[in-house]
Formats: sequence, structure tokens, C-alpha cells
Amino acid sequence: MRTRRLPILSGALALAALTALGGCGHSILDPKGAIGLQEKVLILTSTYVMLLIVVPVIVLTLWFAWRYREGGPGRYQPDWGHSVRIEIFCWGIPCLMIAYLGYLTWTTTHTLDPYKPLASANRPVTIEAVALNWKWLFIYPDQGIATINEVAFPTDTPVNFKITSDTVMNSLFIPELGSQIFAMAGMKTQLHLIANQQGIFPGMSANYSGRGFSDMHFNAIATTKAKFADWVANARKAGVTLDAADYAKYAAPEEKAPVQYFSAVEPNLFNDIIAKYLGKANSLHSGLGE
Amino acid sequence: MLGRLTMSDIPYDQPIIMGAGGFMALVGAVVLGAITYYRKWSYLWSEWITSVDHKRIGVMYIIVALVMLLRGFSDAILMRSQQMMAHGGAPGFLPPHHYDQIFTAHGTIMIFFMAMPFMIGLMNIAVPLQIGARDVAFPFMNSLSFWLTAVGAMLVNVSLVIGEFGQTGWLAYPPLSELKFSPGVGVDYYIWSLQLTGIGTLLTGINFFVTIVKMRAPGMTWMRMPIFTWTILCTAILIMAAFPILTVTFGLLSLDRYLGMHFFTNELGGNQMMYVNLIWAWGHPEVYILILPAFGVFSEVVPTFSQKRLFGYGAMVYATVSITVLSFVVWLHHFFTMGSGANVNAFFGITTMIIAIPTGVKIFNWLFTMYRGRIQFTAPMLWTLGFMITFTIGGMTGVLLALPGNDWVLHNSLFLVAHFHNVIIGGVLFGYLAGFAYWFPKSFGFKLHDGWGKASFWFWLSGFYVAFTPLYVLGFLGMTRRMNHYDNPAWTPYLMVAFAGALLVTCGISCQIIQLYVSIRDRHLNTDVTGDPWNGRTLEWSTSSPPPIYNFAVLPHVDALDAFNETKKRGHEARETPVYSDIHMPKNTPAGFIMSVFAGLMGFALIWHMWVFAIIGFVGIFATFIIRSCSDDHDYYISAAEVACIEALHDSRVASLELTHVA
Repeated sequence: MRTRRLPILSGALALAALTALGGCGHSILDPKGAIGLQEKVLILTSTYVMLLIVVPVIVLTLWFAWRYREGGPGRYQPDWGHSVRIEIFCWGIPCLMIAYLGYLTWTTTHTLDPYKPLASANRPVTIEAVALNWKWLFIYPDQGIATINEVAFPTDTPVNFKITSDTVMNSLFIPELGSQIFAMAGMKTQLHLIANQQGIFPGMSANYSGRGFSDMHFNAIATTKAKFADWVANARKAGVTLDAADYAKYAAPEEKAPVQYFSAVEPNLFNDIIAKYLGKANSLHSGLGE
Repeated sequence: MLGRLTMSDIPYDQPIIMGAGGFMALVGAVVLGAITYYRKWSYLWSEWITSVDHKRIGVMYIIVALVMLLRGFSDAILMRSQQMMAHGGAPGFLPPHHYDQIFTAHGTIMIFFMAMPFMIGLMNIAVPLQIGARDVAFPFMNSLSFWLTAVGAMLVNVSLVIGEFGQTGWLAYPPLSELKFSPGVGVDYYIWSLQLTGIGTLLTGINFFVTIVKMRAPGMTWMRMPIFTWTILCTAILIMAAFPILTVTFGLLSLDRYLGMHFFTNELGGNQMMYVNLIWAWGHPEVYILILPAFGVFSEVVPTFSQKRLFGYGAMVYATVSITVLSFVVWLHHFFTMGSGANVNAFFGITTMIIAIPTGVKIFNWLFTMYRGRIQFTAPMLWTLGFMITFTIGGMTGVLLALPGNDWVLHNSLFLVAHFHNVIIGGVLFGYLAGFAYWFPKSFGFKLHDGWGKASFWFWLSGFYVAFTPLYVLGFLGMTRRMNHYDNPAWTPYLMVAFAGALLVTCGISCQIIQLYVSIRDRHLNTDVTGDPWNGRTLEWSTSSPPPIYNFAVLPHVDALDAFNETKKRGHEARETPVYSDIHMPKNTPAGFIMSVFAGLMGFALIWHMWVFAIIGFVGIFATFIIRSCSDDHDYYISAAEVACIEALHDSRVASLELTHVA
């Protein structure tokens, strides 16, 4: 019987690992922003609620299997196969649990909706993200700069990502900050995140996009307002600009693309990237309403 | 003539591929040589290849499934090794071009060419016997279904050495799978192998739906059907409703790739989100197509080895049917991250969770079937117990992912990978392996060696937990799926443990191979002469093992649930002297095999743009079908005297064995 307990053991180990993971770094269970934090609480809450049923079921399985083994002490009733009381229990318990989890789903799906702008005293930073093969282009329309494979923003400031793709489907994901959203050509998706701690958080594409996918990552730097201003100023000194003509060159497929800064960027580049897939029939207004 | 196929499409420079191809060729040569040496070609042709007998077709399906399990599992070992090695700048031993094919092939093979044939094999073996029928409704179509699946599996394996397989992930999301981003033949291999097997599966769905609805033994009302038959009925309904979506979706993708259309491209009004919707409108029901039959197996195994009737039969039926219906309203949970509104996401999150209710009911019902039973710990029962524990955990992580708030951080992570392996290995595969051990004696007349079966179980169970618990953790550590290499050193130890788990599973599979060898070698020790080795409760155990070609000499009359158990309770004396009559049977035909060979030729030719051969294949399929349709020579009668003779032989075998037991 020792080995049959293995599942429980590894389940317990997994739980222990969950709690220990906080220290490992870059874990979604050690979030650095409000969205990630709420999602961590949601993961743990839903897990604990379900364990209320899962653990008894596992214990009962092992207990019944042992007690009612052939030659064991359990009573044998070969023709017993129906009990209204037990059946009410069988349907009732899962119904209760799902009723609670359903309520939790409805409320958290609305509060955590990635499209919902975050309330804050600080003015949000807008970042337009474009998935390319196999790198990320980030455009700061308000600052007039752009980068490849690096993004920065002040802490405690909402970050409004507007996302598209100039290639296949990708997904913009910074695990320690929370939610991810797909990047798709000809479409604009949105993601609202916030960092409440300073740090350098790995970001990636979380949707397989071909040969260079494994190296399609970037660093997200959450820092003070002053250092963010320095970072912007530094980018402005890059001396390389990104205009419509150069864009094709930078958009060409490239693996392990290094970080790059652009001191100026063609206005409206992000919308142009989307619009080129829409054809003449769709105006920007009908296809891309805010 | 040869389209775009040239000698450079054979990857001579890839030692792993050439080694695998060489090994396959060697095994193939040994098998073909052995068949020739033992002069078994005509036996193989007349008794198996052209057979329309559901019992034989079932066995052939399972052989395909087991071979493809080995292929898919080799892919798994390669992936685990690569991810263990490729960190901190090391490239590992598989470049992305090869690695990306491997994970695509692994998923495609395990779902379409391992799980599906295994499931269809079990339903072929058990369903007609469980409902007291002599064959399926459309025996020739059954043969065609099998050969289409087999040819599809062949195409996947051919892609290993001629050309390449898709590098798109197992569902080939566009625009990555469009010509612009995947110009090679990989996606075409994917499309055509799945189109062939998909049509085979659809025909099977129709076949078993009609068989169950129309061919049940007299007296077998809906609520007297064994639960396995119920689950297959629901599976057949799901197949009929879902597989046409798959066929059309791949058809549209083919139009994009072959005729330059724009259903799913980035440009000119193509809509990639439509593909994602369609593929999951098939894909989520597909999950239940796989798991419902496994639930059915458990519902047979638990009562048999608890020596007690199933608890809550009615609840089990309603739970199965409600899962069938609900499985069509949850597909959007596969893409909560695509940017739908909160109301839509929440709706599909909640519908997904609701499926946990009937599933939970089933778990409780198996639990209370064991309660006050007398449990025999045979290998099928161990698989079932392992399932009940493992699947409960997998269900929990599934509901976890059903909350959009959780999915936004866990989508596409290794947590997701761990979750679906948890339910597919711990649910689907354990179920099929339980069914394999349970019905094996029915097919072959001898039991599998129980000791090796149990050893295999313990290796699989421990291997599963050692391999996939670390993947759950890696999901929390932000590791996404399908990575060829990575630079986070914190992930490596977990991947090493996962690799050790894969090695344990290797031991489990080795035990199964040894089990088959030992069981066949010692078959006289485990002979099942009576046809009822487990003291079974349903009709398949009332006939001999293996059953005669006509299954039942006299069609059984059913007047209760667990019909055979009721007969046994009344005692064999109550059995009247049977009156035999002539039995009407379908004739074997090579048409299904020939049509499938043409279909395979057509598929291969379309992949390589060999238009002449594609036309030959296409014309061949229809010509064969028309010729077959014009012939009236489809059936024959087994005379009552012959039936009496076969039955007398069986009775005397049983009697002689009882005598030796007494002595």
C-alpha cells in the first residue's frame, strides 16, 4: 500500500512547492503588480475550495478500495446499487462547489478583465506592442520613442498595452505582472497591467510562432519615475529613427534580436501596421474603433 | 510527374531521423519477411485485411494504436531530453526545425493515431457483443473506416523520411500554418493524414450510432444498455456532430494553401480567429469523444471487479448525456486570451465548470460501487483506481484553468500541458489500458499476464506523477510550452525530474511489451475456455472467447440490466436447449482496403503536388466504390447445422476443461 499513497504525497509536495515558489523568482505566485496579485489569490482560493472535495475523494477511494477488498472486513451487498440520500449527496456537493466557483468566475472575470483600464492617481503610460518574427517592437506614442525587445515604465503607474502583430499569432506575457493577451495581425487587442515593485521582469511571447519563438523574449523594467525619464532620454539619444521606409528592414525575420532603441518613430506607425491588413474597404474608424 | 518531390527532400544529413527511419524499415522488413517465410500472406489477406468482422477490425485498430503509441512516446522522450539539455546557451541536440516537428507530431499522433484508434478498437470489440448483435450495421464501411485511419497513420510516418511534418503545433493555427509562413510540405502532410483518418472516424461514428440504435438484442431497452454502450452511443453522436467541422476547417485551410484563397490569412479579409473557433468547436467535443468511452470502461470494470452492481445506473446515464450536450458549449475556454469581453469569457468559464458536476457524479458513483463490494485487485481494477485519484487531480487543475482570471496567467504554460496530460494519461489512457486488459481474453481466448500488467501500472502511475508534477510547477514559474531552449536556470532541475518520469513510463511500456510476449508464450496457462473469465455481468461474456464469427448462436433475450449476471443468477439449468437457425452474415471484401490505398496515394500526391497521381487516386477511390456497389455478392448464410457443429465443439471444450479441473 505504500506506493499507492504516492499521488497524495506528490500532491502534497506540489502544494509545498507552490508555497515555496515565492522565493524562486519570476513566478506568477510571486507577483509584482496588483493584477498578478489578484490572480495569485484567485488561483489559491479556487485551489483550496476544490481541495475540500478532492482530498476527501482521494481518501475515500483508497479507504473503500482497502476496506472492501476481497477477504477484507467490509460488508458485501452485491445487489445494492441505489440510494436517494447518497445520490443527492453525489449531485449536491459538486453543484454547491460549482455554484461558488461560478460566482467567483463571474466577478473576477469582470474585475480582472484585461481590457479594463486601471484606476490610479498616476497618468497611465501607453505602449503599442507589435509582434514581429521573432521579436517585439514597442512604440511609446506619447514619448515619441520606440524599442525592440525592451520595455520600461514607472511603478504604481497603469500601463496600457495596445497590441497587434505583423506576423503570425503571438501572445504578450509578463508572468510576474499578470495577464497575457494575443497579438494578431490586422487587429488591436488591449492589456492593462501595473507594477507595484521595481525590478526587471522577463516578458515573452506565450504563443508558439515558429522557428525563432524560443528567443522571442524581452525585459520589462519597472522603475521610478525619474529613472523611467532617464530611460526615455537615453532612448532619444539613440540616433536611430524608425520611419515607414526603415520599418520593413526591422520587421524582417530575425532570431535572438538584440535590444534596440529608436529616438524617434513615425507617427501612427502602429495603426498603419494594422491598417495594411484591412484593405481599402475598411477605414480606420470602422475597423479600429477605440 | 513527381511534383515538388526531389531527392533533397530526404533528410540524409539528420542522423536521428535516418536512424528512426532505418529502424522502422528494419522492423517492417522483419515483419514482412516473417509473413512470407511462414506463408501467411493469404491468411492475412483473407482473414484480416479484407475482414469485415468487427472483432478483427477492433484488434487491428488496437495494433495501430499501440504501434503509434511507441512512435508518439519516442517523440516525448526526445522532447524531454531536449528541454533537459538546452539551457543557458546550449542548443541541445534538436534544432528548432526538427524539434518543432516533433512536438507537432507528438500531439497529432497521440490524439488521432493512438487515442482514437485505441478507443474505436475497444468499441469495435465490445459494443456489438454487449448489445447482443452479430456485427455492426455497416460492416464494409467499418473496414473502410479502419483502413482510412491506417493509411492516415502511414502518411504521418512517411513524413519522417520523405519531406517533413508540420511545425505548427498539433492544431496548426493559422496564419502560421498558411503558405506564407509554412511553405513546405509539413502542413500538407498534417492536413491530408488527418483528413483521411477524420473521414474514417466520421464513418465509424455513423456506423456505431446506427448499430446501437437499431441492432440491440430483443428486450434491451435504453435503460438496460450497459454503460459502456451508452458512452459509445454518446461518443458516436459527438463524432457525427464534431468531425464534419474538422473536415471543413481543414478543407478551408487547404483552399488557402492550394488555391490561394484567404479564409484564415492575415490579408484580404482572412480571419484567423475563425479557424481557432472552428478547430475548438471540434476540439473540445473531441476531448469528450476520448474520455466518455474511458468512463464507460471504468463503469464496466468497477462493478465486475467489485462483484457488485453499478451504483446509480440512472445517474450515470444522465451524467453521460449531460456531458455530451455540455461539451458543445465550452470551446471558447481554449482562448480566453484572445480578447473576448468579460461577459463572454465568464459565460464559457462557468459552462466549463458545470461539466465538473456530472463528472463528479460519475466519480462518486464508482466510489459507491466499490462501497460494500468485494474488490479484486486485478490489473484493470488498478488502472481504474489510479484513474480515480489521478483524474480527480486533473479535474481540479482543469476547473482551475476554467476561471479566465487564472487562465490569463496559465494559458499556454507548462501548467496547461501538465493538466491535459493529467486527464489524457490519467483518464483516457488508463481507461483504454484497463479496457485492453479487460476485453483481451474476449478477443483472444486467454488472459494477459496479471503480474506484468500490474508492474506496468505502477511504472505508468509513478512515471506520470514524476513527469508531470514538475510541469505544473514550471507553469507557475512562467515557462511556456513548445520552447526549444531557454535561459532560466531555475527551470532545469524540474525538467530533469520530468525526464526521470519519462524514463519510468518507458519502464511501464517495456512491461507491457514483456506482458504481451509472456502472455502469448504462456497462453495455455491463462486460457479462458468458458468465455467468462472475470465473472462478468454483461452479454459479451455470455459467448465463447474468442466469439464465433456470428457472435451469438441464438440471439439473447434481455429482460434486465446486467443481462448475463441475471442469467447466471437464475442458473444455467434454466437455459433451454437452443434451437439454431441459419445465420445471415456479411462477406469479406477487399474494397475498403483498396479504396484506402487509393486514398493514401491521393493524399501523398496532393502533398507533393503530383497532380497525375492525385487524379489516379481520386478516380481509383470512386471506381472501386462503384464496382463494389454494383455487385450483389455481399452476404452468405451459415447453416443451422454448421452452427450446431461449432457450438457442440465449444461445449465439449468447456466440458473437457471442467473435467480436468475436477480431476
